[in-house]
Amino acid sequence: MPDYTLKVRRYQPESGEGAYWQEFKVDLDPDLSVLDGLLQVRDREDGSLVVRCSCRAAICGSCGMKINGRSTLGCKTQIAEAHEQANRRNGGTEPIVVEPMANMPVIKDLVTDMESTHWTKIRRVTPWLLPEGDPPEREYVVPPESMIDITQSMACIQCGACVSSCLSLEVDPEFIGPAALAKAYRFVGDPRDAEARGRLYDLAQDPHGIYDCTHCFSCVDACPKDVAPMDQIMRLRRIAGDDHDIDDVNNGRRHESAFTKIIEKKGTLDESLLLQESYAQGVKGKLIPTPGAIKGLVGSLPTAVRGLRTGKMRSLAKLIPGVHEKLPGDAQEHVQRIYTHAEEHREELNLYISGEEELEPEPDEAETPTPEAAIEPEPDEEGGR
Amino acid sequence: MSDLKLAYWPGCVSRGFTPELHGSMAQVAERLGIELVTLDRANCCGAGVIAEHNTELADTLNARTFALAQSTGLAMMNICSTCQGAQSECQQRLDADSAYRAHINEALAEEGLEYAKDKPGFENKNFLWVLVEDYGLDQLKAKVTRPVAGLRVGPFYGCYIIRPRHRIGYEDHPERDLYLERVIETLGGEVVEYDGARKCCGFPVITMNRETSLRQAGTHIGDALDAGADCLVTPCPLCHLNLDMQQPEAEKITGRELGLAVLHLPQLVGLALGFEPADLGMGKHIASTEWVEARLAGGVPV
Repeated sequence: MPDYTLKVRRYQPESGEGAYWQEFKVDLDPDLSVLDGLLQVRDREDGSLVVRCSCRAAICGSCGMKINGRSTLGCKTQIAEAHEQANRRNGGTEPIVVEPMANMPVIKDLVTDMESTHWTKIRRVTPWLLPEGDPPEREYVVPPESMIDITQSMACIQCGACVSSCLSLEVDPEFIGPAALAKAYRFVGDPRDAEARGRLYDLAQDPHGIYDCTHCFSCVDACPKDVAPMDQIMRLRRIAGDDHDIDDVNNGRRHESAFTKIIEKKGTLDESLLLQESYAQGVKGKLIPTPGAIKGLVGSLPTAVRGLRTGKMRSLAKLIPGVHEKLPGDAQEHVQRIYTHAEEHREELNLYISGEEELEPEPDEAETPTPEAAIEPEPDEEGGR
Repeated sequence: MSDLKLAYWPGCVSRGFTPELHGSMAQVAERLGIELVTLDRANCCGAGVIAEHNTELADTLNARTFALAQSTGLAMMNICSTCQGAQSECQQRLDADSAYRAHINEALAEEGLEYAKDKPGFENKNFLWVLVEDYGLDQLKAKVTRPVAGLRVGPFYGCYIIRPRHRIGYEDHPERDLYLERVIETLGGEVVEYDGARKCCGFPVITMNRETSLRQAGTHIGDALDAGADCLVTPCPLCHLNLDMQQPEAEKITGRELGLAVLHLPQLVGLALGFEPADLGMGKHIASTEWVEARLAGGVPV
């Protein structure tokens, strides 16, 4: 069996020493996981190596860790794949780098404190059903299709990989974060819950809520269960702004609606109009500023002055909101027709639920394989049968 | 002479607050021998913001741009990581479901347009991908007249051109998240490894959470400076806005003096092709590019 090298970030607080790196050689079948490698180290070489795990099948969510800089589950990452990834650039014998998850305190070696960040944030979004009135005598009866939409957020196994990967949390530890916001959507989208509006209002107004997500897709890549937390955050924004008309103090809703309206009018982005309207939206010729508008507008002034000085913004269309040209010929009218069509339907295709369509098989591929072809065994890699 | 001819979507910001990007792209394409047919009737990609409002609307707007490109019979090129990401997301949904695609195409019919899945020859690629996969680094290297030797360049990708993994096309092009390094090396520069290369610039929340946004930008610039970078290079004009245009503001938030030039990808290519910094609009940047110019002129010891 091949040898792999694991370079593990160790931290043993009782030693009084800081964190350090340690390399271990493991002798493992390539199909086995990085977690299997770590358990081999613990069994054969160093019983003091601490790692949290249970099911070893990507179900329990215990073994969140960073492998080659990526937040994931140790049990869901094949060691051969991790080795290949570690050696993409140099093609040599770089070790597989294993670290505890980020954005949370480390307790010991690969074990992080899930309570102080993850669970605290999960509780922040009231992760239980708030139905209206007294519960029914028997179970709640809902049409099955009304629950399909939230199955994606229900797939979360609370491993914390998304929290570890979150680039917004990295600079703003108060951000409610991807796992908790995905959990919030699980209840906002639940037909039995009566507090959707209250939940949305709370998450939209919080400066560290739904509008603090920078849309970087890190959590989408990290999640071992395809929950796509960022997509759930975007759904929360859509429902808060468009279905519940919640005008938040963070200018999130204003930014989205200003952007959308500008493209309807102009086809391409009028940036100065976007800036103005994100802070102070015009209604019938009057600007209605948000509480943060003056601060926001004044805050962007020095940037505008600098842009003027270098020539970046030296044109009327860039300086004066609304001067920006619309698309040529009848193109703008066609864009406006698209708006009418799409705003009427607002169809939301979620590929997690609908899946990608099966392609019609080509006629020759559709044929049944000949008996010989069907029983032809795969040649074994090592030459034996 | 290259025989590349592409339908070209410049995007909004490259003609708005980063006009030097569109300008340098046009010159660089000409010198590389890439013919660009501008899609002047095409519309904004929505930048993920319109999808936040209504995904069907975003999908239809981008289906329109694809259909305009398809009507030229050419493959399509963009020069913005954000356009790439927003358009790929829509394309994935359009390609996944024929009934949905037919529904979207209804809205395009009046203009005589139709988006066809798997149309031979049609793809939508950022200039970075075109450069490596279609133009080729060997051909690029042959065009270099003034290698950017000694220039220490930190790559900055922009989220949308490397994530999410299932949408970027890594199955066919597994090294797409290493292309900037390859291009820097091909042009004769030195790649600077630093923590922020594949992180978020913070631009999407600049009007919503200024502190989060500028702390991201400032941290990455600081990390690149600590690693010895002379400049950053990015294929995304929105990243450029936060890293360059907002750099003085990021200084205030992070409480650290910064001052790192941020180049658009075509500008770095252009320098190696022999263009002068002024031709490439580098004087329009907020963070001074003088250090880069001095380095190239041999005025700064390596």
